[in-house]
Amino acid sequence: MFVRLIRRGAFGLLVSLIFFYAVFPFYWAIVSSLRTGQALFSTDLVPHSFDVRNYVAVFAEQPFGLNILNSLLVAGTTVLLSLALAVPACYALGRIAFRGRVPLLFAFLGVSMFPQIAVLSGMFEIIQALGLYNRLLGLSLCYLLVTLPLTVWVLTAFMRDLPREIEEAALVDGASPLLLVWRILLPLMAPAIMATGLLAFIAAWNEFLFALTFTISSETRTVPVAIALISGATGYELPWGNVMAASVTVTLPLVVLVLIFQRRIVAGLTVGAIKT
Amino acid sequence: MVRPARPDHLAQRRARTAWLLLLPLLTALAGVALWPLARTFWFSFTDATLFDLAGARFVGLGNFALLLADPEWWRSVWNTLVFTAMSVALEVGLGFAIALTLHAQFPGRGPLRAAVLIPWAIPTVVSAKMWGWMFHDVYGVVNAMLLDIGILSAPLAWTASPHLAMAALIAVDVWKTTPFVALLLLAGLQMLPKDYYDAAQVDGASTWTQFFAITVPLMKPALAVAVIFRALDAMRIFDLVYVLTGSNRETMTMAVYARQQLIDFQDFGAGSAASTLLFLVIAMVTAIYLTAVRLRLSERSALAG
Repeated sequence: MFVRLIRRGAFGLLVSLIFFYAVFPFYWAIVSSLRTGQALFSTDLVPHSFDVRNYVAVFAEQPFGLNILNSLLVAGTTVLLSLALAVPACYALGRIAFRGRVPLLFAFLGVSMFPQIAVLSGMFEIIQALGLYNRLLGLSLCYLLVTLPLTVWVLTAFMRDLPREIEEAALVDGASPLLLVWRILLPLMAPAIMATGLLAFIAAWNEFLFALTFTISSETRTVPVAIALISGATGYELPWGNVMAASVTVTLPLVVLVLIFQRRIVAGLTVGAIKT
Repeated sequence: MVRPARPDHLAQRRARTAWLLLLPLLTALAGVALWPLARTFWFSFTDATLFDLAGARFVGLGNFALLLADPEWWRSVWNTLVFTAMSVALEVGLGFAIALTLHAQFPGRGPLRAAVLIPWAIPTVVSAKMWGWMFHDVYGVVNAMLLDIGILSAPLAWTASPHLAMAALIAVDVWKTTPFVALLLLAGLQMLPKDYYDAAQVDGASTWTQFFAITVPLMKPALAVAVIFRALDAMRIFDLVYVLTGSNRETMTMAVYARQQLIDFQDFGAGSAASTLLFLVIAMVTAIYLTAVRLRLSERSALAG
């Protein structure tokens, strides 16, 4: 009885510790973002007043609204391009048995391990040649390197799990493979495509190295670059209140989205790794 | 009964369709992966600079010779190794503990799993800034808490001091990526066969015995996947280092070194050489991993067949 009580207490403590560890840094960013002046330097863990001046300042002192728009545009374009390329390919990889299928899947897994820095100089040359330096479209194209292998790997795994009878019936009826993908598999795949798209969106939204290297003006920056380059008036001490306000502004929607779709995201994250 | 007409012909047509459907994807990947990679290889043998790519001349192994003689490069290799080894060990250890906790049945399991996803969802740059603020030497909450508990007697300059910067970097990476490892391992735990545990229960094996005799051996493949995924990711780390500690010597990784050469010093030759070496290291580890997976796959299908 006594031992069980201790054991239960210890487990409760463990759960609380994990919860605190996972949530506290974000909580602290929110609390700090709502403090200005001397209050910002307080390490009191409980907020006493709410001050939105940091949020106003972030949008007033730099084109942060535009940066958010840029990020949405780049990530959205990247997701659409990735899905358009990946869905037909994943039908082939997941549903058709052909020689070269397995080596291809491994090749895609290999590409997902590519360090981005290894293509940076080659990519720089392409971007310049296409006149896409400091242009958002250039970023979307680069991001395909990050999102394509991810999208293909996850979608193929999902595609393989669909029942075989559906397409056999359609094929007997004489439907072409493209029509099959478009009219029959796509609606069935909608939830999986949503999850994959969300994973690709998050990857594109968070990307830093390409965005830092291939944009120059503050009007074309994406959110991660804008936040990384926020600097103070004196250049000596960072305006931490602004940095925290910017961080919370772009992270809160992401966290809400992830919490809403958590089951699908977890399925998407683990499906590729488990099924190898 | 109708016999299918010329099945080999049908299979051939299906295969052709497959390659046709794959063509756009393969073209795109050739454009964003293979071609730039090949160009990086080429630049690493030239004297190209940021503003003169077209006038690049072949200089043989000159860039590599300079690189291997640069103590800063070797320092960045060492930093990358330390970062990778420490962060992966902590992430897999901690991730396994969290996965086991989440695998238990208890009230509040759902909210805890949701909470664990939060660090994963936060952009790396944002987590670097959040922790940079928490690690602040004067106003940071980490110092305040540790002083309160009595672990510290004086505040520390976490991100600025040469001895602590690497530890701070590892701490942020562990916080950010342990959730991914935990979820990966949790999915593995949920696929373990229940009857093993039932049998162990009947035999009266303790929880500890069950853990070491059943869970650990069965989880070895999943743990190996987690280690290799994380290691490959840690070796190419760039954004966290760049934002949290900049390009100071104590924490500069191979990717940060390469970008500094490429962009800040505008030396495309040297930067490409450094990128190429990093790529080769990662490619080697990937190749070893993929071979291991293929061996396991063929073993499995041999058993099945």
